[in-house]
Amino acid sequence: MTQAEYLNIVMPFKDKVFRLAKRLLVSHEEAEDATQEILMKLWKNREQMGTYRNVEAFAMTMTKNFCLDKLKSKHAQNLKIVHSNYQDKNLPLQKQVELRDSIDWVAKIVEELPEQQKIILQLRDIEQYEFSEIAKMLDMNETAIRVSLSRARKTIREELTKTHSYGVK
Amino acid sequence: MVLNKIEKLIEKYENGETTLQEEQQLKHYFTKETVAPHLEVYKPMFVYFSITQNEQFTKDVPLEPKKTIVLYKWISVAAIAIVMLGVYLSGAFDRQLTPSDLQGEDLIAYNQAMEAFNLLSSNFKKGTDNLSAVNQLSESFTKGEENMALLTQFDKTTDKVFKYE
Repeated sequence: MTQAEYLNIVMPFKDKVFRLAKRLLVSHEEAEDATQEILMKLWKNREQMGTYRNVEAFAMTMTKNFCLDKLKSKHAQNLKIVHSNYQDKNLPLQKQVELRDSIDWVAKIVEELPEQQKIILQLRDIEQYEFSEIAKMLDMNETAIRVSLSRARKTIREELTKTHSYGVK
Repeated sequence: MVLNKIEKLIEKYENGETTLQEEQQLKHYFTKETVAPHLEVYKPMFVYFSITQNEQFTKDVPLEPKKTIVLYKWISVAAIAIVMLGVYLSGAFDRQLTPSDLQGEDLIAYNQAMEAFNLLSSNFKKGTDNLSAVNQLSESFTKGEENMALLTQFDKTTDKVFKYE
């Protein structure tokens, strides 16, 4: 496999790998390192790539395992909480400022979720994978995924309602 | 979109039963400007999702772990250079030892060696003395040879004298 072929396969999902890594590791730098590590591993094992049924799903599973290992081994001692710069130029500035606060809240709430729910929420609501694909990546059945996802979504909504009515009620 | 439908979708969404298309509809609705007040709480959620969706991995994709190999190459070159330099410098700084530099055991060993060499050389000298005697002998031989030549000449002349008489 040549470099060009490899890049053609890897490029479409490298951002997804990065975002999942960031979801789990929180820190931007850590997530970048993790992504590089995973792309490196894929490149080293490029000969076996033909045998994977779905390279993207395989990469996502790798990312999940790699990040969880990292969290376990370091126990988050080195991880910094770095917030990304939210930029959305479609909204007018005033609305944007107003929203930024609540968007930060969503980020915080998602951070507090159990890792399993974080992964599922990331894969479904952000990366928009089908349930069948997520089931393959995580080696879970679809019902369990739906339950977990539903819990995550409800938690976010409840927490948001709380913060919205904070000081009002 | 009809509010009624959105409410239904939201319920389905919370139960994890929506399809990707339905979720797209929700996302579209909530990222637009006007959202019904009682659904306002969902807005940051969907905005957050659509924002994080656009985050990208900006670092280079690493491919060749060649750097380490290159490094090893240069390390070996450097090692050879250092060894060569070491050999060269040790040759340059090594000066000749003289007997006056020697001390203790070294001096004893040096003296013993010198004695042995002296003994050897004196024996050699004796041998050369004997050789000079042989030389003398060969000289007297050559003298005798000359005398013999004179004798043969004398013989010849006497022969001639007898013939012509």
